[in-house]
Amino acid sequence: MTFRVAVHVLPRRGILDPQGKAVGDALRTLGFAGVTDVHVGRHLVIDTSADSADAAKAAVKSMCDRLLANPVTEDFVIAGVEAA
Amino acid sequence: MKVGIVRFPGSNCDEDAWLAIVEQLREQAVMLWHKDHDLQGSDVIILPGGFAYGDYLRAGAIARFSPIMREVAAHAERGGIVIGICNGFQVACEAHLLPGALLRNNGGYRSMPVTIRVERTDTPMTSAAPKGACLTMPIAHGEGRFTASEDDLDRMEDAGQVIFRYVDAAGEATASANPNGSMRNVAGVCNAGRNVVGLMPHPERAMEPLLRSSDGRVLFESLLATVNA
Repeated sequence: MTFRVAVHVLPRRGILDPQGKAVGDALRTLGFAGVTDVHVGRHLVIDTSADSADAAKAAVKSMCDRLLANPVTEDFVIAGVEAA
Repeated sequence: MKVGIVRFPGSNCDEDAWLAIVEQLREQAVMLWHKDHDLQGSDVIILPGGFAYGDYLRAGAIARFSPIMREVAAHAERGGIVIGICNGFQVACEAHLLPGALLRNNGGYRSMPVTIRVERTDTPMTSAAPKGACLTMPIAHGEGRFTASEDDLDRMEDAGQVIFRYVDAAGEATASANPNGSMRNVAGVCNAGRNVVGLMPHPERAMEPLLRSSDGRVLFESLLATVNA
């Protein structure tokens, strides 16, 4: 069956994120004074056939390791899996 | 010397590299389409600047899976010379031919002349340059901030793999001389085997007075001297 897997890819904490910093500055300028930190990453939604939800998640983890995330500078979190 | 220049969809400094080799050095060059499987006997492979595959996902992330990259990796594995310039440096890092990663600049896209200092002359691209030479050439990139873990960068420094640093007019690697936020002002590195070199600045655009700098020549002359040695 087909599963829809969502994955967040984010710059690793501690690595300078100028894009996140610029967005954070803009939010504070807008008056959102409580904003302390912003990180900008990517959200991917992948439809894939697999035997089970666990198998779909395992496949997406492998995709992240090999292509979707840079192991030097990024972390990823599989945010959800559902039948597509 | 025969130089193979890889042309990805989105490469845009391939012609500049060709002109540097053919018109300036009077050596042989051949364009290698990214779907080719044959390096045509090239001594040196250049991964040129540009925006291969539109920089989709991450700069270089898709290009590294181009068919020709398998042959380029095999060439590097055999000790063959591979030079990554700008986007080519990004491709080489994504292909794990070079350590580290190139992230979005601190400060956005920069197109300007910079000065880089030659830190090591024991690479095929710097062998003809005096150690400590300061060379002026352009950069034009939005994602050139060299990044690695502190431990990995320490190991690279110990192994002499940092070969170019951004410096000021006095030759000092200051924060203000750093155009993109690269860790420790790193502008170029080599692999452990020293046969793969990557740099963000464009020596192929600094080959004659008409281009306002001829400082790139010594890097190409180094390649020639290495190949002919």
